[in-house]
Amino acid sequence: MKTIFYLVVGTFFGILMYKSEAASWFRIYEMFEFGSFHMYGIIGSALILGILGVQLIKRFNVKTLKGQDMHLKPKNKSFYRYAIGGTLFGLGWALAGACPGPMYVLAGAGYISILVVIFGALLGTFIYGLLRDKLPH
Amino acid sequence: MNWIYDPWPWYVSGPLIALTMFILLFAGRQFGMSSNLRNLCAATGGGKAADFFKFDWKKERWNLLVMVGAALGGFIASQYLSDNTVEINPDVTQKLETYGIYSTNEAYLPNEIFSLEALSNPANILILIVGGFLVGFGARYAGGCTSGHAISGLSNLQLPSLIAVIGFFAGGLVMIHFIFPLIFS
Repeated sequence: MKTIFYLVVGTFFGILMYKSEAASWFRIYEMFEFGSFHMYGIIGSALILGILGVQLIKRFNVKTLKGQDMHLKPKNKSFYRYAIGGTLFGLGWALAGACPGPMYVLAGAGYISILVVIFGALLGTFIYGLLRDKLPH
Repeated sequence: MNWIYDPWPWYVSGPLIALTMFILLFAGRQFGMSSNLRNLCAATGGGKAADFFKFDWKKERWNLLVMVGAALGGFIASQYLSDNTVEINPDVTQKLETYGIYSTNEAYLPNEIFSLEALSNPANILILIVGGFLVGFGARYAGGCTSGHAISGLSNLQLPSLIAVIGFFAGGLVMIHFIFPLIFS
């Protein structure tokens, strides 16, 4: 039951990423060229509703379906890891034209070349794991 | 049939992304796609090489299922719900032509970079690997990607996520405006 639930949520998300064109290299490029409102509208409207919803959850102390606290832990305070890591991520996002969610979506859509990107992403994750203690956080 | 093949506008897509996040929150989970890259490293024995991958990845099975679902969704959408072309701003199309990319409005991803023929060009393989590498490395360094920081983190008004998202855009702008001209001309 749980398995099917998460598969369905993922499938919904995958269709959404593909149909919104957020998984398209062209849309990412266009966004960084400020050529269209499309991507800003997607992220902006998701964010406004996200902020409103999370505030309501906190105000009314809404619990998960199992009655537990929601997963809204504050992130560790720091500057370097977010600034450096974020910038490196942005460079890759624009170069590959895909962030992690869309990578899986494009693999399912049958773009063989995206497997090279996913391989690179796994390699990057792995190398980060090796170097983690030596990097400023 | 156009209503099936047409892309979803931003005011439909954005709210549905928020909905995805809330569904996961109600299930007791946090929306974050790049964590799966770490889960995959752990599931394939990465724990032998670094403590960062020594954790019970089976507890993250739910997220791997979301990932598999996302791929399934990509299959369904590309096969049955899309003509697999993306129309963008004509000015941007023209700019891409100066970079030798002519498949705008005809493809979902640029054929010049993502087609199988393009894979025979080592420079293209390098673009794909380096792009992926930066995404994977940067996402873990920053502790999240577009879903984890730009959606989940910012929705929770987290300052770290704001710093990360400013970094995402700074990096993206540098890549498109300063590095693309070097790579593609």
